[in-house]
Amino acid sequence: MPTNKVNIPNYRLLGKNYTTPDMVAKVTGKSKYAEDFRAEGMLFCKLLLSPLPHGRVKRIDASAALAMPGVKAILTADELPPPAPFITDDGVMIPADPRAERGLTNEPLYQGEPVLAVAAVDELTAAEAIEKIQIDWERLPFAVDPMVTLKPGGPNARTDGNVWVVPPPAPPKPGEKPAGPPLPQVQDFKWTDAEYAEFKQGKLPMSKPSMEWSYGDIEAGFKKADLVVDEAFVTPNTSHQCMETRTAMAYWQNGKVFVHCSTQSTAQTVPAIARWLSIDQTNVVVISEYTGGGFGSKVTSGISLTIPVLLSKKVNAPVMMRVSREEEHYIGRARPGFHGRMKAGFTKDGRLVALDMFVVTDGGPYGPQGDANSSGRIVSLCYTPENMRWRGVNVITNTPPRGAQSQPGGAQGVMIMEPVMNKAANKLGLDQVAIRRINAPAGKAGIGGAIKGKRDHVTSAFVQEALDKGAELFRWNERKSQVKKSGTKARGIGVAVSAYSAGSIGFDGLFVIKPDGKIYIQSGVGNLGTESMIDSHRVVAEVLGVPWEQCVVTWGNTAKHLPWTCPSGGSQTIHAMTRAAHATAMDAKQKLQEIAAMDLGGTPADYEVGGGRVFRKGGGAGLTFAQAAQRAIKLGGKYDGHEVPETVSRMTKASVTGLAGQGLLAAAKDKYKRDGITNSYVAGFAEVEVDLETGEYRIVDYVGVADVGTVIHPRAFGGQMFGRTSLGWGHALAQKWVYDQHYGAPLAKRFYNSKPPTILDVPVNNFKWAAVDIPDPETPVGARGIGEPPVGAGASAVLNALVDALGENIFRRAPVTLDIILTALETGKPGDDPLTAHI
Amino acid sequence: MAVIRDVMPAFELFQPATTDDALALLAKYGSDAWVLAGGLDSFDWLKDRIKRPKVVVDMSQASGLRGIKEMNGGLEIGAMTTLTEVVRHPLVKEHFSLLAEGAELAASPQIRNQGTIGGNVSQDTRCWYYRSGWKCYRAGGNICFADTPTAINREHAILDADRCVAVNPSDSAPALIALDAQMVIRGPGGERVVNAQDYFVGPDINIMRMTVLKPNELLTAIRIPGTWGGAKFYFEKIRDRQVWDFPLVNIAAAMKVSGGKIEQIRMAVNGVAARPLRLTAVESAVIGKPADAATGEMAGKIAIQGAVALRFNAYKIPLMRNLVKRAIGGVQEAAWKS
Repeated sequence: MPTNKVNIPNYRLLGKNYTTPDMVAKVTGKSKYAEDFRAEGMLFCKLLLSPLPHGRVKRIDASAALAMPGVKAILTADELPPPAPFITDDGVMIPADPRAERGLTNEPLYQGEPVLAVAAVDELTAAEAIEKIQIDWERLPFAVDPMVTLKPGGPNARTDGNVWVVPPPAPPKPGEKPAGPPLPQVQDFKWTDAEYAEFKQGKLPMSKPSMEWSYGDIEAGFKKADLVVDEAFVTPNTSHQCMETRTAMAYWQNGKVFVHCSTQSTAQTVPAIARWLSIDQTNVVVISEYTGGGFGSKVTSGISLTIPVLLSKKVNAPVMMRVSREEEHYIGRARPGFHGRMKAGFTKDGRLVALDMFVVTDGGPYGPQGDANSSGRIVSLCYTPENMRWRGVNVITNTPPRGAQSQPGGAQGVMIMEPVMNKAANKLGLDQVAIRRINAPAGKAGIGGAIKGKRDHVTSAFVQEALDKGAELFRWNERKSQVKKSGTKARGIGVAVSAYSAGSIGFDGLFVIKPDGKIYIQSGVGNLGTESMIDSHRVVAEVLGVPWEQCVVTWGNTAKHLPWTCPSGGSQTIHAMTRAAHATAMDAKQKLQEIAAMDLGGTPADYEVGGGRVFRKGGGAGLTFAQAAQRAIKLGGKYDGHEVPETVSRMTKASVTGLAGQGLLAAAKDKYKRDGITNSYVAGFAEVEVDLETGEYRIVDYVGVADVGTVIHPRAFGGQMFGRTSLGWGHALAQKWVYDQHYGAPLAKRFYNSKPPTILDVPVNNFKWAAVDIPDPETPVGARGIGEPPVGAGASAVLNALVDALGENIFRRAPVTLDIILTALETGKPGDDPLTAHI
Repeated sequence: MAVIRDVMPAFELFQPATTDDALALLAKYGSDAWVLAGGLDSFDWLKDRIKRPKVVVDMSQASGLRGIKEMNGGLEIGAMTTLTEVVRHPLVKEHFSLLAEGAELAASPQIRNQGTIGGNVSQDTRCWYYRSGWKCYRAGGNICFADTPTAINREHAILDADRCVAVNPSDSAPALIALDAQMVIRGPGGERVVNAQDYFVGPDINIMRMTVLKPNELLTAIRIPGTWGGAKFYFEKIRDRQVWDFPLVNIAAAMKVSGGKIEQIRMAVNGVAARPLRLTAVESAVIGKPADAATGEMAGKIAIQGAVALRFNAYKIPLMRNLVKRAIGGVQEAAWKS
């Protein structure tokens, strides 16, 4: 993989490659993941999974299991704390949701849902004990295909319905804080006979939605249109397939629970566990120094960790729950598949003037997921329709729970919209890059629907620049005219644009300059592989003008006094935590200047910070950081953390107290202004080569150009571009779920039959990435996240390239496997089933 | 009783150093015993707790079953030779590259380092219903779950189905058939040798086994005669991913061509039936014909006669037809270089 140069001027450290402190342990195998820990007297637990897609436990007979030597306890759903309301750190009350997922259940809603767990001296005993347990079941109706449950008379996945409906938030009562988000409700929703007839014709009915928004005047938009394209597309359900499953080990000491787990977000997992257990968050310690992948499936680890936690409490011994690959298939989350339909109106010159977007999401049994709404928001941003209506139905199915997966909803939205853009350009005789450029967001582009006539907008967008740079790197114009067919091969090129959220605000930073002159930075970011848990703190060294080697980062254990940190999901970290790091560095700078002024005379403004010193402007007297740290300890108060800043959050306050007295303590909350919602963008360019006799195809090469503001760490950035693009390619190539609908049973539960892409399926030597290198104007160092938009760009650029190679009448869903291509080439009709899910 | 698909149940493990010792153990324990070669197929069954042998006879210490030696102008390959050793062996590469190609397309490098040639030809089917522990014909039940109106059977059989529609997933098997290989089997009655094409059985013969190997027998070696050494070979495997994927269809052919005409030919495909199929009708139809695209077209059509599609696997019919065509007439490569 070429490591392209990123040119960010004027920074000493940002935009430069370096080796993160966790790297050696990772490449030498010394890094310890949750499964690698052992504790004195540790037991193992195994799970009993539901054999039914939907059923109710009538009776459990565990007597034979409990009588076995070595079996210590079983844990059932009856012993879990009931869902409880909780108050967020911002004081918002989240009501208890009786339909929320728990670690175990007496009414499994999908085959493979954990019903109970057995703790024993070893896994062999625990597994044998599981086999001795007898459960009497009541079978309940089920549906694994959203299309099946929407049919008139179709079965419902939940006893009270098949579709999620979220009521509008109640208006705040006078003088009171706004209430939390309303609880989602379940409704029984079926198509009309006319809609069902349309479905039987192979067309997704645009039925009554359960959610909708719009802006502009869609009817007027269609009147203006010279071309209307009406297309449906089906996207796959894809498991996250983290290399590390969600294994967890837990023990209790002095009323505190210590949890070794796999999480994307160290600090944020503490309140999540506290909420699941209904205990105070000061009694939760999370240890997760290394995480083997998350991609959205482990934002705050997984609720399944409550199983070893509660078993541990019950038996008063540490309990390890190792999660197998098949169990991970069930409880490890997946992207919800979409059935989408787009009616899009274009003017002759390619401007998208009206878009009517309709999606049905397959959300599994718990939810609803945010993917549906996000899909509309991202489409509204990427292609800037002048007038748009978005409508969706969030369907409940008896399939494993979904969760956010890299570019959740956005990837599906892009995958459904891109074929429409492609078709429109072909019909209008326009260049594929040009039509995307005409409709590209720029500046403070709008996003989502209008509320009282007003839409949200983004902080910045430079998508035209990304398209231009990509077209040049890919040699788009030159390759447009290349020969498309030779021998048994056809080739084609494709382009796609993509966007997603890329940053949050308002989190805390914390570090101590100690008398050894070093800066000890506390990172609450999870080590999920993106390196943002270190990269974001490079800002501290940049601002304070110290060599990076003078910084020591502590991460991965909340007993070590970590600050309140953003969740590492939606690629918000590099944005949120560079802001927090900047704010905290400014706090340190201020304190250094104040100490210097106290000791050396003058005012703080007379001093500047750099080279590990604070010194009088223009040269002269100063203090080293080591001296300043000693002075801070002597001064106490706010200088060494004995006085806790009011602005930081509860967790940070506790950590400040824990670290007080060790040196000059800097702690601050990011209170920088931001105008707009932070999003990042990618333009992807792909070439594919198809074998017309076998249907096999390869991605020949790929260029991805990102609009992500300032790139903080080019090598980590390139890793994200390649990794997340590969994740997207998987959606185009072969990765999917497979269900037998009659039995409601999953068939592709292992790596080898769910087929995520391997390194040999992707153009590892022909992958180029670049960034437009324009800093975001709404954040101190200009950085936005990159982990999301490569997905949709990767998937759709490949699918568009396939259309270029083979024509438009080949496929109507993804992944596009060779059987679909070969069947289409043989029959002259699309080679896929248009609407059936999970095939 | 509840089902759990994790944690290998306890068994008694034997690691005999010789074939004789292994056969004695098989005689003693009968149907309670399970023969373990590289373990890639076995460990799935054992860890899923579906196959529950009391005794496992691990052949890894039987050094006499490992290695490749010259024999009468051909080769004898010990059954415990790893796929990697087969792929890298100079004599295999020089004279029987067809086998090297097939073996190298199996699974992944890591699996080929551990998996054996004996295991690769003797492995069980990967039908996902059967591998999930469903009580189908092959598992002793009275239904084929892969052949129902709702079944997902994209990877299943188009030929020779008989109640069961599972396919054989081996990549080395068709190459061995095309090379006229012989399987050396030892049992309580001594040694017997069967032709590779007769080693495999379909559901019409035995719906619960993939090979003629009896529970008290061992495959000890595979002999490749010199017959096809240096012939014109063709191997192709079609799959969804470029590594760690079983064949949707694969094909192996060995041809002797003289003056542009096919003098002798062997051709076998896998992934289309419960056993790798030698295409004898194709072989006899193309003898004496030019080895070109037209003959290939004709051969392809003959090859798929009698093929019956299930709900999701109709594509295998043109795929098999095209692979047979390519095996004879070659692939018309693209003129561009990219």
